[in-house]
Amino acid sequence: MPYDSTDREIMRFLQGDIPLESRPYQSLAEKIELSEEEILLRLKKLREKGLLRRMGAVLRHRQAGFAVNAMVAWKLENEEEADQAGKIMAGYKEISHCYIREVPPDFDYSVFSMIHVKNEEHLAEIIEEISLQTGIRKYIIIRSSRELKKESMQYF
Amino acid sequence: MKEMNELSRTDREILNVLQADFPLTSQPYRDIAEKMNLDEEEVIARIRVMKNSGLIRRIGGIMDARSLGFYSTLCACKVPEERIDAVAGIINRQKGVTHNYIRDHEFNLWFTLTAPTKDEAMQILQSLQSDAGIEVISMPAKQVYKIKVSFEMSDPDAL
Repeated sequence: MPYDSTDREIMRFLQGDIPLESRPYQSLAEKIELSEEEILLRLKKLREKGLLRRMGAVLRHRQAGFAVNAMVAWKLENEEEADQAGKIMAGYKEISHCYIREVPPDFDYSVFSMIHVKNEEHLAEIIEEISLQTGIRKYIIIRSSRELKKESMQYF
Repeated sequence: MKEMNELSRTDREILNVLQADFPLTSQPYRDIAEKMNLDEEEVIARIRVMKNSGLIRRIGGIMDARSLGFYSTLCACKVPEERIDAVAGIINRQKGVTHNYIRDHEFNLWFTLTAPTKDEAMQILQSLQSDAGIEVISMPAKQVYKIKVSFEMSDPDAL
């Protein structure tokens, strides 16, 4: 296990919304009887180890001005295209997530990208550009029509 | 609801720092304020407004499921229109389901599941399938090329 029970307590605190006050770690420090310095040291180690990917604010896309949030799934002609396609897509600032997924035979679009833009025109432009760059011509835009749940993972 | 175009330059700058450069210090808002030549109280007050408006969902840590040893997968299913709400209710009640969307596709319900182990995830999917009377396809990532959910806010024209 790359973390101990104290790290776990710290991550339990971090996975929620930390208090919006001058010293946000003070209440945690009192609760787990550790100094703020020690907590911050552990926080930095968690980040170095990659367990903590990022510390800070999580925004709501739509309210942040990104009206179009589309999942685009791409169909590879051959598996060798996968790596290059993943790298090209990762380079786009409008793309937040890019994965190659294991997919069943009845859904063979294995490259997934989440694209966030201001408007439909921009989405069409980006898709066309990616298609040209990667040579992948088959894709589907899987739009969401209703959000039924969205929350941060509660690991602990 | 306060939208981005109503936000001042100062708010945008604060949002950028909060997303990309949150100080790992005991008084992060004081340190942000110092860099921006503002008072700590003002920075906190501005953040409070943006939280209350819903623009900021939360401030905290974003953990990496894989590094923590957790298993996560993207799931999709075909649900008859009239059963969507009932099925969604069952899925949403499940711990570890963090996102769930109705999507415009033959597979019309898409959700993510994160669990401590692959076995646990598979068991959860089994019981969701039998409880909801649906067939679920599971599409775990084989290769991750990018996970980055922060948005550059400083350029008003980009919005």
